[in-house]
Amino acid sequence: MSKVKPALQLRNIWKIFGDDASHLLEKTSRSPSLTELNDAGLIPAVRDVTLDIFNGEIFVIMGLSGSGKSTLVRCMSRLIEPTAGEIMFAGQNLLSASEDELIQIRRHKMGMVFQHFALLPHMSVLGNVAFPLEIQGIDKKTREQRAREMISLVGLSGREDYYPRELSGGQQQRVGIARSLAVEPDIWFLDEPFSALDPLIRREMQDEFLKLQDILKKTIVFITHDFDEAIRLADRIAIMKDGAVIQIGTPEDLIINPATEYVAEFTRDVSRAKVFSARMVMRPLASNEKDTLRELQRHDAKVQEFADQAVHSDDPIGVIDDTGSVIGVIDRQSVLNVLVGREPAGSY
Amino acid sequence: MQSIPIPEAPVKFRWGLWLSLTVIFCLGILLYLNKELTPFLVKYPKDWIIPLRFWISDLMQWLIKDFDLGLFTFKELTRSIAWVLEWPLSIANSFLATGFTFSTEPGAPIILPPAPWIAIVSIVGLLAFQLSGIRLTLLVTGCFFYLVIFGQWQSAMVTLSSIIIAVPLGVGIGFALGITAYRHPLLERMLSPVLDLMQTVPVFAYLVPVLFLFGFGPVAAMIATMIYATPPMVRVTILSLRQIPEELIEYGDMAGCSRRQLLRKIQVPVARNSLMVGINQVIMLSLNMVIIASMIGAGGLGFDVLSSLRRLAIGDGLEAGLAITLLAIALDRLGQAYNSRSTKSARADNSEFLTGPRFGALIILILIVSWLAAHFFPALAIFPESLQVTTSHFWDAAVKWININFFDQLEAVKTFVLIHIMIPVKRFLLNTPWSVVVALIALVSFRLGGFRLAALTTVLSLFIAVTGLWTKAMITVYLCGVSVLFAACIGIPAGILAASHSKLNRVTQALIDTLQTLPSFVYLIPVVMLFRVGDFAAMLAVIAYSLAPAIRYTILGIEQVPTHLIEAARAIGCTRTQIRWRIELPIALPQIMLGINQTIMMALSMLVITALVGTRDLGQEVYIALTKADTGRGIIAGIGVACIAIVADRLINRWAQRKRMEFGLQS
Repeated sequence: MSKVKPALQLRNIWKIFGDDASHLLEKTSRSPSLTELNDAGLIPAVRDVTLDIFNGEIFVIMGLSGSGKSTLVRCMSRLIEPTAGEIMFAGQNLLSASEDELIQIRRHKMGMVFQHFALLPHMSVLGNVAFPLEIQGIDKKTREQRAREMISLVGLSGREDYYPRELSGGQQQRVGIARSLAVEPDIWFLDEPFSALDPLIRREMQDEFLKLQDILKKTIVFITHDFDEAIRLADRIAIMKDGAVIQIGTPEDLIINPATEYVAEFTRDVSRAKVFSARMVMRPLASNEKDTLRELQRHDAKVQEFADQAVHSDDPIGVIDDTGSVIGVIDRQSVLNVLVGREPAGSY
Repeated sequence: MQSIPIPEAPVKFRWGLWLSLTVIFCLGILLYLNKELTPFLVKYPKDWIIPLRFWISDLMQWLIKDFDLGLFTFKELTRSIAWVLEWPLSIANSFLATGFTFSTEPGAPIILPPAPWIAIVSIVGLLAFQLSGIRLTLLVTGCFFYLVIFGQWQSAMVTLSSIIIAVPLGVGIGFALGITAYRHPLLERMLSPVLDLMQTVPVFAYLVPVLFLFGFGPVAAMIATMIYATPPMVRVTILSLRQIPEELIEYGDMAGCSRRQLLRKIQVPVARNSLMVGINQVIMLSLNMVIIASMIGAGGLGFDVLSSLRRLAIGDGLEAGLAITLLAIALDRLGQAYNSRSTKSARADNSEFLTGPRFGALIILILIVSWLAAHFFPALAIFPESLQVTTSHFWDAAVKWININFFDQLEAVKTFVLIHIMIPVKRFLLNTPWSVVVALIALVSFRLGGFRLAALTTVLSLFIAVTGLWTKAMITVYLCGVSVLFAACIGIPAGILAASHSKLNRVTQALIDTLQTLPSFVYLIPVVMLFRVGDFAAMLAVIAYSLAPAIRYTILGIEQVPTHLIEAARAIGCTRTQIRWRIELPIALPQIMLGINQTIMMALSMLVITALVGTRDLGQEVYIALTKADTGRGIIAGIGVACIAIVADRLINRWAQRKRMEFGLQS
């Protein structure tokens, strides 16, 4: 994951519903307080959000209902017009793009998956997946061939002629995913894609989503209200409350250093062993230990993966970085600390 | 044991309400007893009448005579609209009814005869088979065969040709307006009250200005039909576009659809089913109106009914009325079949035995073959009169027989109802001072919906007084009120009964479906047959016409009572009767009231038509205006009826809404 170049940059994005919202923004020099907004009878959905989304990362925006996460992701594609701010995408400010430019950007560079699938009921699976290409005016043969590839990518080969209502929820969302990928978007928005599915199916879809991302390496903005889902999928998470982003960080960051009590509330019951990596719980290598290390783990392996091994072994486990050199050790005690929920004593 | 203190509920006595009610009541009695003291509060003085109807008539005169739009005059505009519309109509008419000729002169030689009846019946049958199957085919061809055998063919084809031109035009215009309004909320806000008015103004009122602007004849009738049938299409279009899930529109935007693509590829296909409902409504309303429009020259079946009503030739009227009914049923079922077919999975569509182009080719083939065959066997083109059947003598005789043998009984019923119910109500309403009525309406509106509602209803009821229509309006209110009362007394128990027996429910639903496809004209025939003209006959026709919604909404209301409430009641140990009276009826009441509201609306629209059987209300006013082509008079009286309708509608709706909110059935 390269964190060098942001694919999408949001600068001071505001979305306020109600009349004369921009007027109030100007009057308060772009920083109205919640009470000022309420007094004016306005509903702030997104408040002063600034964030970067990097190429190839899964950026999860997590918040409870009404926190503004869905509005925020719609601002990113201007499905909802932000009241103020700046969105840099593909070398230009999206908010100053003309209607036609916007249509072109959405056709070729953006893909979106919706919570309730948003499949077209009058079209077959094939027709649905080929739809974005049809809109672009691509001929039938080419677009259907491309659509078939996408359908097989999400594992629905053989269902091309089915209609959405003949599919289960999970299958419908696979169609939604295939459809949004058909145009090979540069950025991929997923708005609570698995929230409408049963828990078991949801888990299966999450696994497949991660597999797919291993192949595709898209830049992803993923919206969810489910903190466990966020932890499972995210490279980085932004937590939203009342329209504002209150913390951005890796799952580990959020658990170790929750910015507010609100964030801590979410992280409290999360199983540490699933989130913490070896790098996080290791201690520095003592000089005499180097030759005794019989077993090694990669620095980004999760504690869960080697917990058994560490607990049953008397010797510490070595931690290696990407180049293969040992950067620290993990012993039984540090793993036990994680398992019983103590904060890691290791270096960070 | 410590008991929890229960705060004493404050006894709410609505001082304001009772005080103002008492004041109004006393005022009413006072005014009535001392008519001489303040006569202007009892009877609206003639001098105060605003001559609005003359202003409108003058305006229309000016429009026709002097209004110049620059490049052309207004008259030229209306003439050219009529000219443009005449083309398709005359082609359809030639094709179905009269045959193609070189000139429009009567008696000109026919180049191509009209499509033979055998061709039309086969085509319609084929269409029914294509859409649904053998059962529909039998029903529809049966209906059309009736037209052939009973000698109604020519008139029916004239009516049908108006329909097949008016419906696509009405649908097209309504759809276009609906889309525009959907996209521009401002337009919708402007359109909404206009549509309200258009749907409450009685049908006759449409005819007057159309007659004035477009003259007498089939084109004017078709224009009136279109204007009447379009508003529901606009409504349905807006509604069905708005019902599309937000996500689908967002998806369309995200896929990069242009506005056209969004409309053609997403909005219209997704909303297709509900749009089809709108089209079906346009067909039914057009059929209803094209019959009524026979008064301004539509001809066809409507004219047959009208003329036999005027001649009191019951048998002929009955046969023509049945022809209208069968035509309506056939068209309605065809529309429904088309509608339900579109909801099936397209993969199952292989069952269709012919594809589009082949179907078209077959139709042309049928036409050519039957034209050729008809050339040699004229009976295939025009059903020979010697084979035609008529039952009209039988009906005439039957009516005569009933009237001779049961005259006393029928008369007794009529007299009883008139003397003990209708006339007292009428007297009471006519004698109540107008100022008291207006004050009462204002008070009730204020209690229900606050200042805004009160202002609206007061202005509307003042309009009636100010235009000098108060007496006639009160007669309308009385006829409508009594009819609705009877309709409710029949409809609500019928609905309750039907709701608790699933078999009965199915029969009832089928019955009221059929009742609602009958054009309003048809209802006049049997009542005139038995009771001749007058208020009582009118009331019976109104009751029959407006009964359906009372039953339908009652069934709906009871079916909508949440199951868990019934279960809870059972669990407590309520008996069936208790469940009915304590649970089902109170909760269904708002819904039932909405049904009564619909009943009132239908009663008002029917009342205007009953002017034909001699009522003396606002309907008669419109009817007179129609016969005299007095635009101002017709429009004002029409708006007067609309005022009554809107006041009733707003009050009942507001009440039902409040109740539903109290029950938590609506937020």
